[in-house]
Amino acid sequence: MADAGEPEGPERKDDIVKAKQEGKELTKEEKQRLRKEKKQQKKSKEKKDDKPSRDSEKEKKPASAASPAPQTPTQPPAQKAPSAAPAPVPVPASETPSAADKPAKSKAELKAERRARQEAERASKGKKGDVGPQAAPGKPKAPPSELQPVVKRLPEHVQVDNPEVLKKLAKKLERQQTPEYNAATKVKIPLRSDYGYKVSLFSHLHQYSRKAPLTQQLGIPSTVIHPAIVRLGLQYSQGIVAGSNARSVALLHAFKQVIRDYTTPPNEELSRDLVNRLKPYISFLNQCRPLSASMGNAIKYIKKEISNIPSQCKEEEAKRKLLNCIDCYINEKIVLAAKAIAKYSIEKISDGDVILVYGCSSLVNHILCEAFEKNRKFRVIVVDSRPRLEGREALRRLVQKGINCTYVLISAVSYILPEVSKVFLGAHALLANGYVMSRVGTSQIALVAKAFNVPVLVCCETYKFCERVQTDSFVSNELDDPDDLIVTRTGTTQLEHWQEVPSLGLLNLVYDVTPPDFVDLVITDLGMIPCTSVPVVLRVKNVDQ
Amino acid sequence: MNEEELVEYFRAQMRKDPDMASAVAAIRTLLEFLKRDKGETILGLRESLKWATDCLTGEDSSVAVSSGGELFLRFISLTSLEHQDLSRCKKVMEERGELFLEKISMSRTKVAKLCHTFIKDGAKILTHSYSRVVLRVLEKAAAEKKRFSVYVTESQPDSAGRQMAEALRKLNVPVTVVLDAAVGYVLEKVDLVIVGAEGVVESGGIINKIGTYQMAVCSKAHNKPFYVVAESFKFVRLYPLNQQDVPDKFKIYCDFHLFITTFSEHSWRSCWCRVRRCSSLSALTQTT
Repeated sequence: MADAGEPEGPERKDDIVKAKQEGKELTKEEKQRLRKEKKQQKKSKEKKDDKPSRDSEKEKKPASAASPAPQTPTQPPAQKAPSAAPAPVPVPASETPSAADKPAKSKAELKAERRARQEAERASKGKKGDVGPQAAPGKPKAPPSELQPVVKRLPEHVQVDNPEVLKKLAKKLERQQTPEYNAATKVKIPLRSDYGYKVSLFSHLHQYSRKAPLTQQLGIPSTVIHPAIVRLGLQYSQGIVAGSNARSVALLHAFKQVIRDYTTPPNEELSRDLVNRLKPYISFLNQCRPLSASMGNAIKYIKKEISNIPSQCKEEEAKRKLLNCIDCYINEKIVLAAKAIAKYSIEKISDGDVILVYGCSSLVNHILCEAFEKNRKFRVIVVDSRPRLEGREALRRLVQKGINCTYVLISAVSYILPEVSKVFLGAHALLANGYVMSRVGTSQIALVAKAFNVPVLVCCETYKFCERVQTDSFVSNELDDPDDLIVTRTGTTQLEHWQEVPSLGLLNLVYDVTPPDFVDLVITDLGMIPCTSVPVVLRVKNVDQ
Repeated sequence: MNEEELVEYFRAQMRKDPDMASAVAAIRTLLEFLKRDKGETILGLRESLKWATDCLTGEDSSVAVSSGGELFLRFISLTSLEHQDLSRCKKVMEERGELFLEKISMSRTKVAKLCHTFIKDGAKILTHSYSRVVLRVLEKAAAEKKRFSVYVTESQPDSAGRQMAEALRKLNVPVTVVLDAAVGYVLEKVDLVIVGAEGVVESGGIINKIGTYQMAVCSKAHNKPFYVVAESFKFVRLYPLNQQDVPDKFKIYCDFHLFITTFSEHSWRSCWCRVRRCSSLSALTQTT
């Protein structure tokens, strides 16, 4: 029980006081305990702020009679854990150096309180049988009953089906107000709400509707988010700017505009203030469309550059330096990398080759155009898939150059593969365990190519390498607007009223992961590497930085 | 040192010690070239070394010569060359070159020392054609008083397998020469397969005498361990996707006998860990 922590407290406290009085030097343990006490004091002060808001929320919920009222101890000095906890709370008393001071609670007691609160909320939720404010319109979902008391914390964006986490996220976004001198004009970044019934395997992901862009929820004058960013967010969410490279470049250009229009407020340092200013923009863009790995790396780079600006640097010069950095980044990591990759790839393209490509990868198109200019004789088979039909764009670009092309849909890929000599694929990101994350359908093509013993080459710049590890496409993915699947080529829309059919769900996945066994070669700007060498490249890059 | 002198020196080295790997002879030649070079700049020196490597590759087109030359160049410049005057830099490079040569001359011994433990008492070994590294490994195992017997493929068109069988008979190892076509027949009897390599490519596979690929695929089908022993200067910067992707100059090697080398593709995929193990073993011989 939590009370077990209590009797220890006064003893320890006496020890420490004694030690101090005797003038002995505090042992390491005692110093640690003092440090922990200070931390807990701070925590208790924060708890005081949070509690009133949480209390008011709880009052709004109809408190069910059976569930014991979540007794949030409003007074910090209350040393007892809420004994009305519905389940016995195991207190790890062994690991708690108890707080000696009166106002602070022991760690065990705080933990017990938190757990008790969680259990209470869960119990009340179970009674209602409802999901909460984020419920999908007209689709009752099973309450998340299998949630164990979690000790590990999953990242918040992976817990879309947990309304408590969503509320926390909403509050976090609210708090992320753009800094203004005039504190009265604070604008919140709205939380985009999910749309439609989500297939249960992917219920932890967001699913937004393209018809409800985030900007509708922003007030008019949305001057606190830079207009370039608002425009970019809209372009992302409507799919006007699509493709890993295009999104990164657009992001960097928008940030350049932000930097150009930025002025350091008085008594602030550019290196710190600008980073804080970028945070709400990034949250906004994330709400419009989840950030890609390449965008994440670009943002990391910019933040690092900004924080490395020396404080005595004048504003104009700092801004110029930053703009220069961004230009360099785009040039080195994207433009020159594409040239290097094209140079390596051309060695792998021989005369008489039949090359299969999937979807529209800017890099692969670039490679093929370069190879064609270098007078290699080859022909291309473009594989396409619904609903994006990006292959048409690739087809248009290649045919314009004069390359001999064939166009098939992905359902015909096993028919066409015996003719193919090589497969060139683009990548959205390369994960640290060698898996390739790319447009949905890529792993299918790699699998069939492997079955036919056709070599699969993935072309990817190094700035898309990411530290994440994933072995399947469920854990982290993106769900696109399900309404895209409604319209077919002939214009018929039998699925138009899909939301009214309770047993029907539409799934529009965007990405999938391909295991490294299916990939023969990865061509990067550093050269040709096997898929399993990605962590080596990441390690070298980290050392460089 | 001009082209003819270079080639002549190389040939002399090969004649002096027929047991030496051609790559070692090439590196000796390059070291001599470095010593005699009268260049004025480091960059010029590198250029002329590259030219010398190309000449030697023209003379002896095996993979090892080109890879060995490149690794030599890389090793000697992998040090601080910040000295003010050229002669000191050259001296440093020459010292590094001697060091490199010394290390790789011992590479076969090191490989043998590491590999003979894989041969257990009573083992039946299958090997392909004539490889001096494999011979050294088997010598070492015999010296360690292990009892084993060897099946060697005849390896047409030059019957190099018979040469291997002769050498093994001198060691009093029971040896049987089998036809190339009989590999599938004999595999159920053997315990492990050991082959050498002409070159080890970036994807982890090997380039070797023709017939090795079949042997690798069959041994995978029979779940027999397939080991490759190779010195580390044979690691070459190639990434072939399939048999056709290997440059032709490595495929045909004319040196009085006609060799046709081939690339074991699926062996890397199927027995990748084992190929990797052995080549990483031989890599331990070359700590640069």
